[in-house]
Amino acid sequence: MRSGSVPVHEPTAVDLDRLATYPHVVVSWIDDDGYPTSVATSFETDATAGTVALAAPAELPIPTDRELSVMGSHIRPQPGIGYDERRYLQLWGRATADATFTPTQAWGWDETEVPFFEYSERSVPQSRRYLAALSREKGRTIRPRLSLFWLALRTTRLPFLTATAVPVLLGIAVAASHGAFTWWTALLTLIGGSFAHLAINVTNDIFDTLSGADDANTTPTMFSGGSRVVVYDLMTIRGLTWVALGLFGAAAVIGLLLVAVTGSMALLWIGVAGIFVGVAYTAPPLKLVYRGLGEFAVALGFGPIMLLGAYVVQTGRLAWEPLVVSLVPGLLIALILYVNEIPDRRSDAEAGKRTLPVQFGPNAIRTGYLVTAVAAFAVIVGGVVGGVMPWPTLIALAALPLVFRVHAGLKVHYDSPYTLMAVMGINVNLNLVVGGLLLAAYVVVIVVTQLA
Amino acid sequence: MGWLPDPVEALLEVALVGELTVVGRDGRPITHPLIPLYDGEKIYLHSSTLFSKKLEHIKRDPHVALALTDPVAMKGNPDRATISGTARVIEDDPHTDWERLILGLWRKKEPAIDDFLKARVALPLFFERAVIEITPERCLYWADGRTDCAPVATRAPRAEAA
Repeated sequence: MRSGSVPVHEPTAVDLDRLATYPHVVVSWIDDDGYPTSVATSFETDATAGTVALAAPAELPIPTDRELSVMGSHIRPQPGIGYDERRYLQLWGRATADATFTPTQAWGWDETEVPFFEYSERSVPQSRRYLAALSREKGRTIRPRLSLFWLALRTTRLPFLTATAVPVLLGIAVAASHGAFTWWTALLTLIGGSFAHLAINVTNDIFDTLSGADDANTTPTMFSGGSRVVVYDLMTIRGLTWVALGLFGAAAVIGLLLVAVTGSMALLWIGVAGIFVGVAYTAPPLKLVYRGLGEFAVALGFGPIMLLGAYVVQTGRLAWEPLVVSLVPGLLIALILYVNEIPDRRSDAEAGKRTLPVQFGPNAIRTGYLVTAVAAFAVIVGGVVGGVMPWPTLIALAALPLVFRVHAGLKVHYDSPYTLMAVMGINVNLNLVVGGLLLAAYVVVIVVTQLA
Repeated sequence: MGWLPDPVEALLEVALVGELTVVGRDGRPITHPLIPLYDGEKIYLHSSTLFSKKLEHIKRDPHVALALTDPVAMKGNPDRATISGTARVIEDDPHTDWERLILGLWRKKEPAIDDFLKARVALPLFFERAVIEITPERCLYWADGRTDCAPVATRAPRAEAA
C-alpha cells in the first residue's frame, strides 16, 4: 500500500527511535459523532517492545476500541525565508486501557533524506490522477497551466541557447578576422541556429518522454531531466510535435535562404548533418544517446557543425582555423551535457540510455571531465603554437580555474542532485567565459587588422 | 463573525503548522501537517495537487480536526487547541482559485511565498492547489499546552443550539 508518495510500512525499531526525537506527539482518533479528535501529549517509546506509552490527556480518554494515529512533526521557521527541517512520522495502531500504543503501520517524510523537490517529483502521478478524477467529476478538462511565456521557455529550454550562441558567434568572428562579415547573414545564422537548437531540444523531449526516461527521473534539476512539460501534463506529445515541426520549419527556411545567398553546398550539408545528429540523438533508429554516442554527437553538433556552418555562411568556404577553434566549444558543451547527465544516471539507465555516467563510476567520470576540459584548453595552446589561431586567444586560459572548481565540486556533490546544481552552473559558465574570451580575442584581432 | 475563543484565534493567527486530521478511506484518522490560515470566521488550508490524497479523503468524508500543538511553529505560544468542523474542498480551478481566495492571508503569514511564486515555472504542479475551507464547529483549548489538565470546550453557536 502506498499513501501519497511515501510508502506505508510495518513500523520498525528505527521508526520508534525516530519518534522519540519529537518533543510531543499528536494522538488522533475518530469520535462517535464521526469527527476526528486530536490531542497533543507526551510519550515514551520502547523500541524493543515496539510500543509507545502515551501520557493520558485529562478528561479525554484515549479510546481502545478503534484505530489511533500518533504523529510527531517538526519544522524550523526561518523568518523571511520560509522554513526548513521539515519532517514528520505517523504511526497507526491501537492503544490499551493504560494508553500503551502498539503501532502496526508507519509512514513519514524527512526532507534531509528525501529533498522537497524529489518528494514533489515522486508525487507527480498523484497529481495526474487527482486532476483526471476532478476532470471527470466536473465534466471538463482541468489541467495544470503556465503562462504562455513560461510555458514556451520551459518547453524549448530556452536558456540553453547560450550553447548555440557561443559557437555561432565564434564562427562569425573567425570569418570576420578573415575579412568576411555581413551583418544580416550573421544575424540570420544566429536565429536559424537557435531555431534548430530549440527544435532539437523539443524533439529530444518527445523521445525521452516516449521512452519513459523522463517519467523515471525523480531528481530533475534546472539543468537536467528535460523540460518535463509532458510529465506535468502542461503539454501533450502532439502539441510538442507541432512545436518541434514549427521550429524545424523556421530553421529550414532560414538555412535554405542562407544556402541560396552563399551558394555553398557545404553549408547545405552542414545544416543537414546538424539536424540529423540532433534528431538522431534520441530518435530511433539511431538513438545515439542509447548507444553511448550522445556526448560525441553533442560535441560534433555544437562544435564543428555550428561553428563551421557560421563560418561558411560568411566566407562561402571551409578552412582549418574555424575547425580547430570549434573543438573548444564542442568539448566544453559536451562537458555541460556530461555533468548534467550525472543526476540523471539512474533514470537514464532505467530507460536504457548508455550515457558515460551510466557506464562509468564517479572516479572515472571526474577524471574524464578533467582530461576533456584540459584538452579544450590544450586545443587553444596547440592552435596558437601551430600558428592556426591568433595569440590573443590565449586569454581564454584565464578560465582554467573554473575547470578545477567543477572537478572539485564533482567530488563533493556527485550523489546529491540538488547541491550538484551549483557545480553544473559553474560548468555552464565555463563555456560562456571561454567562449566570451575567445570572442574578445578575435574582436581584438579584427580591430588591429582594420587599424593596420 | 467567528466564535472561536480569543486565545485560539491568537494561535491561528501565528501558526506556521497545524495538524489536519481527516477520515481515511478505511475510516481511520490520517494526519497531515499544513499551514493554517484564518479570516476571522473560517479556517483555510491548502494543498498542492501533488499531495492531494487528503483532498480525496475530505471529499468522501468532510469531518476534520485541526490541532495546533507545536510552540516552535506558534512563535513560542505554548497554548494548544483542537478545532473540529466540516471541510469543503474548493477546486474549480486549481490554477487560480487559491490565489484569489487565500494568497493575501498566506502572504501575511509567510511573506516569502511571493519569492516562491516568482519561481512558479520551476515547480508548476506545486502551485496547482485546492483550498480546504473549514467551518469550525467545536473547539478544545488547553492553556499553556497543559493537556494533563481538562480542556476548555466550546461549540459554534449554531451547533450548540442544534
